[in-house]
Amino acid sequence: MKSPTKPIIPLAVLPKNELGLTVRDYEGAMSTLCAGCGHDSVTAAITQMFFEISMPPRDIVKLSGIGCSSKTPTYFVRGAHGFNSAHGRMAPIATGANAANRELTMIGISGDGDSLSIGMGHLAHLMRRNVNMLYVLENNGVYGLTKGQFSASADIGSRSKRGVANVVAPIDPILLGLSMGATFLARSFSGDKAQLIPLLKAGVAHRGLAIIDVISPCVTFNDHEGSTKSYRFMREHEIKEIETDFVPWEQEIAMPRSKDDAKEITMHDGSTVRFRSVPEGYDPRDRQKVEDYIREHRERGEVATGLLYLNEDSIEVHELNNTPDVALAKVPFEKLCPGSAVLAKIQESFR
Amino acid sequence: MTTTNVDETRAVHAAVNDFAMKLANVNGTGSASANSLLMQAIFRMGVPVSGKNLFPSNIQGLPTWYEIRVNKSGYTARALDYNLMVAMNSQTYAEDIADVAPGGYLLYDSSWPLDPDMLRDDVTFLGVPLAKMCLDNFTSPRERVLMKNIAYAGVLVALLDIDLEVIATLLDESYSRNEKLLASNQKALRLGYDYAQEHFTCPLEFHVSPMDETTHSILIDGNTASALGCLYAGATVTGWYPITPATALMDNFAAFCAKFRREPVDGAVPGAPDSYRNNYLILQAEDEIAAIGMVLGAGWSGARTFTSTSGPGISLMSELLGLAYYTEIPAVIFDVQRTGPSTGMPTRTQQSDILLCAYASHGDTKHILLFPANPGECFDFAVKSFDVAERFQTPVFVLLDLDIGMNDWVVPELTWDDDFVPDRGPVLDDQDLAEMAEFFRYANADENFVAARTVPGSDEKGAYFIRGSGHNKFGTYTEIPAEYQEVVDRLKNKHASAASYVPAPVVIRREGATVGLITLGSCDLAVREAADLLSDQGVAADFMRVRAFPFVEEVRRFVEEHEHCFVIEQNRDGQLRSLISIETGVAIEKMHPVLYYGGFPLSAHQVVTSVTETLEKSR
Repeated sequence: MKSPTKPIIPLAVLPKNELGLTVRDYEGAMSTLCAGCGHDSVTAAITQMFFEISMPPRDIVKLSGIGCSSKTPTYFVRGAHGFNSAHGRMAPIATGANAANRELTMIGISGDGDSLSIGMGHLAHLMRRNVNMLYVLENNGVYGLTKGQFSASADIGSRSKRGVANVVAPIDPILLGLSMGATFLARSFSGDKAQLIPLLKAGVAHRGLAIIDVISPCVTFNDHEGSTKSYRFMREHEIKEIETDFVPWEQEIAMPRSKDDAKEITMHDGSTVRFRSVPEGYDPRDRQKVEDYIREHRERGEVATGLLYLNEDSIEVHELNNTPDVALAKVPFEKLCPGSAVLAKIQESFR
Repeated sequence: MTTTNVDETRAVHAAVNDFAMKLANVNGTGSASANSLLMQAIFRMGVPVSGKNLFPSNIQGLPTWYEIRVNKSGYTARALDYNLMVAMNSQTYAEDIADVAPGGYLLYDSSWPLDPDMLRDDVTFLGVPLAKMCLDNFTSPRERVLMKNIAYAGVLVALLDIDLEVIATLLDESYSRNEKLLASNQKALRLGYDYAQEHFTCPLEFHVSPMDETTHSILIDGNTASALGCLYAGATVTGWYPITPATALMDNFAAFCAKFRREPVDGAVPGAPDSYRNNYLILQAEDEIAAIGMVLGAGWSGARTFTSTSGPGISLMSELLGLAYYTEIPAVIFDVQRTGPSTGMPTRTQQSDILLCAYASHGDTKHILLFPANPGECFDFAVKSFDVAERFQTPVFVLLDLDIGMNDWVVPELTWDDDFVPDRGPVLDDQDLAEMAEFFRYANADENFVAARTVPGSDEKGAYFIRGSGHNKFGTYTEIPAEYQEVVDRLKNKHASAASYVPAPVVIRREGATVGLITLGSCDLAVREAADLLSDQGVAADFMRVRAFPFVEEVRRFVEEHEHCFVIEQNRDGQLRSLISIETGVAIEKMHPVLYYGGFPLSAHQVVTSVTETLEKSR
């Protein structure tokens, strides 16, 4: 059985990006997820995002672990290399891939089981190392492929499809990130493409690890009454007080200036994240304030979304290690092997 | 009175440039530098020598031993018959005294009296008031402890006629940046030396006499040599997690890279922090799972990459080793084996990860293993391992052990061919892709059953989704039996075809031999010595040291050719013997196991005893 592929239908009317590509050129295979799955909306947002920023497909590299969400990299950017790795192990594999080739734009797709249970140690260390990649955590609170067990992100009291309430404390990837020194932490909702796409763009532009926790309902196992990861719950409890625009650097001049109280953070590549609205006293660069804000909403049963924390002064793994701008995988052998004369010299110390 | 531990049926002799000594110390007291000073001096006098550090998994206070064997004929496996014991640890006096060969000597610190019950009348006890001498001659408490070691080294220099000038040069080299410490060392050495000259007949009947057998040799441990091999092979990315006894491999790699992998930035001010870039990236991982994950990510992305670990690390890595095997990603894994199972004895040697590595991970897997016997081969095999890994797009294990990894060995100078071109295996670039109608990851296998790969960043035509889930030869997901089997059958063939690429067995034949000795790795010297000793006893034995898995056909033939075959290895279960039987189809009963697995390096006598007993029983 081959994966079903989408028929490529040439439509003259489709808009083209700077590379002359249409959004279809950023698509992948047909999704085999359940109809209405939140993950498919995330896939669509990612597809649209790469199209809009005119990223050459060959410059993208996609990674995932194991689970429903980890299947999705096949469903976007067919022209990019992808790695469907092992359960929970995407983070170290991405770290190695980025170490070998820093020239590529890396996107990792993971789920709450993958990231917060089996792979949480790796995620924590990915945050510490600040590997330059966009990490999308498609969070639905359940294990879908094994038919509906609670995951580590399930809230206390959230009910399974059979009506059983979860009794163990949830892990919030954003709070985890704040304590681990993550440099870009956002939360969004798969049903809100308008919010998600600018966040994805900012995540790509960010120099270092950008985590986007996307609440992405599982229509089959966790979209019922009593679930706190359902479409309905999100529609009723999402708090969108933090609104941002992502302004690519070349469009800066054309964009209208924001309101006087707007905060702007310039990204490493010269683009800008503009905070259109934030609550009174909120500073996306202040870890403590961000944490307090998230906790306050959580205690009220609300889910705060938006670009919650951003530190653009951080140093990513290659800068920490002073590696060359060119991919290590491309450094010619002649520069790597010191040769026979040096070997003879080294051996003088072995006598 | 203490009796001897030494097997009295065996003649123990000692002569000029043919003796062994053992130094018993307390760990963490600074004895290691004195002991290696002696070993290094003997090496510089041109005499074949070995030094084995038998140390505890501890930082300070437990017994530790160092063994030096001097042998003009080059037999430098572990000796077991100690002609001279340097007993500096009162905790172990009883066993150390029992370990001296009849007619041997024991040097002890006579600052305190020795229990007369411990004396042996077939051993000469040489008392030197080392602690008292150091107390009288040094003032700082630290020096009074440390210099005791150099003082006993001074006694040994006199007793063994070790060249004083060589010792002086070595001290100069070690302490060139610390004049005060140099002066203390020179003084302590002299104290011991002068005491010995005054009180004992120097030299002893067995001692060191200059030769020129080490002129083109070096003194190096396997971890350092492996790290050098990785540097020369062009490895750029590593993921690793600290573990005894493999840590020094990565430490050395980092040190070599800091010296030889810094590329100056054009136009920068020399010496400024931004004046160079590192052509390497060493990632200390959160655990061994992550370490091998990093290696897979880097290998997939086209870098030469490796990790260094020991048995417990292989256990943790097993999951992703299966992923690398099935998705066909090159990776190099150094396993510096220690004593298992579980935590086992971390500072003791064993060859007990053979089967674990051969079949690491769930499902049907089979890996390529290389078995270096000494640090010289570590260098060569390290270089080779990257070629094999990329040629066959699969993990390659280099199996050292603690004895090879952490002890200094005398080996021929390492050589490098400046015309060397790394074998990167079949990799398609943009031009190759342009000439193809369509690219499928596993579709067009070559004569080695290897299909050309592409790396991330290639032209879109070469993009594919690499997956550890069931896939067909096109690289796409499958659950169809025939498609699945086609891929895993090719992997089996691919493994088999690597046999002709990996280092061939070393075979030494003797006229009329009916006995065959098969071994691997660090058993090499002991087994070759055993073959010579057996020959002296009228037993002609052929020798085969396997240097890699998969096995070449010759391995099977060797077993079948010999009436009595022995497989000598350092583990409880005869893992090499099992592997040979499983993989060549020869009956396991065809091979007698000779197993030594207590954690110390193998000695020839242990092999001879075992082989002789078995042969006698079969008569």
